Amino acid sequence: MRFEMVDGGDVPLLQATDVRKTYGERVVTQALKGIDLELAEGAFCALTGPSGCGKTTLLNLIGLLDRPSGGQLVLQGEDVGPLSDEARTELRGTRLGFVFQFHHLLPAFTALENVMLPLISRRGRATAEIREKAARLLDRVGLSDRANYKSTDLSGGQKQRVAIARALVIDPVLVLADEPTGNLDTESTAQVMDLLESFNHQYGTAFLLVTHEDSIARRCRRVVHMVDGLIASDQSGSLSPADRT
Amino acid sequence: MPFELWVALRYLRDQRFQTGLILCGTGVGVGVIVFLSALITGLQESIIERTLGSQAQVIVRPIEEIPRVHPMDGEVLAALTLERPPQRVRSIEGWRAIEDVVRRSPDVSGVAPTITGPAIALRGQGSIALSVRGIELESYRTIVDVESRLVEGRFDLAGFQVVVGTELARTLGTGLGGRVRIQAAGDRGGVYTISGIFDYSSQTLNESLVFVSLRGAQTLFGIAGGVSALEVTGGDIFEADAMAARIQDRTGLVAESWMEQNGDLLVGLRSQSMSSVMIQVFVILAVALGIASVLAVSVVQKAKEIGILRATGTRSRSVTRIFLIQGAILGGVGSLLGIALGAFLALFFANLARNPDGSATFPVALTPLLYGRSAAVAIAVGLLAAVLPARDASQMDPADAIRNG
Repeated sequence: MRFEMVDGGDVPLLQATDVRKTYGERVVTQALKGIDLELAEGAFCALTGPSGCGKTTLLNLIGLLDRPSGGQLVLQGEDVGPLSDEARTELRGTRLGFVFQFHHLLPAFTALENVMLPLISRRGRATAEIREKAARLLDRVGLSDRANYKSTDLSGGQKQRVAIARALVIDPVLVLADEPTGNLDTESTAQVMDLLESFNHQYGTAFLLVTHEDSIARRCRRVVHMVDGLIASDQSGSLSPADRT
Repeated sequence: MPFELWVALRYLRDQRFQTGLILCGTGVGVGVIVFLSALITGLQESIIERTLGSQAQVIVRPIEEIPRVHPMDGEVLAALTLERPPQRVRSIEGWRAIEDVVRRSPDVSGVAPTITGPAIALRGQGSIALSVRGIELESYRTIVDVESRLVEGRFDLAGFQVVVGTELARTLGTGLGGRVRIQAAGDRGGVYTISGIFDYSSQTLNESLVFVSLRGAQTLFGIAGGVSALEVTGGDIFEADAMAARIQDRTGLVAESWMEQNGDLLVGLRSQSMSSVMIQVFVILAVALGIASVLAVSVVQKAKEIGILRATGTRSRSVTRIFLIQGAILGGVGSLLGIALGAFLALFFANLARNPDGSATFPVALTPLLYGRSAAVAIAVGLLAAVLPARDASQMDPADAIRNG
């Protein structure tokens, strides 16, 4: 069974073909049993499914944090399978953004510094340009007044917004968000989703969101549902903007 | 500021308690090294200075006289006992040419012709055995700074003047301007006037050594125009053995270094150095283990953060550097604390007890070289101690680290 992309342009941003992932040597666990998935530039896609169905595993493979046991992954026309660890790190640092359920901000750094980190690590040192860009993004997520706060002094919603700014500071083509609102209250959830949507609309950044929550999935233009290591359904364009609000 | 240094400093600041503890540990370790090195080096320098303050680095002498038997043709020797002849004061043949050869040897900075031989001092009913040394003050002061040892009078050896030690003057019951008869073998001798009294801080030398002019010694020992030894000084005092060997090769004479003459002293100094080195090695090991354990704990504590850094594009070599830099900073800052602590302890110890002449009973040698070496060792140890934790951190799987960290 193959699910085709439905949004975006002609060139697929991401193409997964028969992607498999097994764990263990004596007792083999098949986490992914053959995933075929295409994502277009500017996609806004939810990845849903019950716990243990392989959502996070797939997200890690797409995010080049892990290597598939079989199949092929192509990012912007480039087969990422044979790439070395350093080359994969290079791709992560220049094209992919990550937002995790528990924000994972570095507590030794301020909000602004957390946002600057991915760029500084690539360029070797902080520059005025990096600082300005990070400050603009913090302003964009509504936290310019919290720029010099440590993450421990921020609320859950604020931390997640800083994490979103950190993911977007490298101008990624794709942001992978693993339960980005899973740890937030309703108000913060709405704020975070508004932000993700606005970045998607404004900059054309593609988003792939792993979520358990139907309310989050409904706000996405495409919903891929996984069951037991396989894609069970792929619904696109089901919701109008009015439905989402 | 480079990215890796920035993150390393933040991590160290973030873990203030751990950082403070290991800095204290490193500081105490380096302090012990600085203190021990300063104390032992100071003591050794003092001992060597006292030893070499009264003797040359190398002494060149004529070959010992050995009896030889030359059987005539057809003569059969059934039994023969050879006895060593009593050694007399003999001159080095062609010593002026040999002095030139020695002076041109590498590392030689000074050569002094001398005559040393036994004699007896007589005054009234008293007599005492002497070691008479004939010198030319001009050349001899390049070998031993004899004038600095004078406690009374002048170092004037002109005519029948003599400089004696404090003990000898006391034993003979005389002093500056006093007269003493010096008698050598063969009934040669004369009456000398004491022009100066020296103190070599050595009972033996103070009661037996006597300085006369070279010409006076030549007359006293019956070797007109000759010298019995060439005393030599050079660069590194611990290279004296090599210098002696070279001189012996070039001259064919006997060249003996101060190290041969003071074998027991050197064994003692070397044993002392070895003990010091052993203590320092164990201290360094303890410092290394301390730094390594703190960084290893840090890697575990920071696993999730390392995963995040790697996920957001930080290269593995940057992660390696972050932990290596932390090791170097712990070693470097710890060494500064240790140098301050060690220097304070050493100076405190040096000022604790003083000799009657005002010098320190426990002299210490605090030098920039010691500080530099201690800092370099501490930084190197910090870096080495960080290698394994840094490798673990850089090889961490980012997905695992985020999930399980």
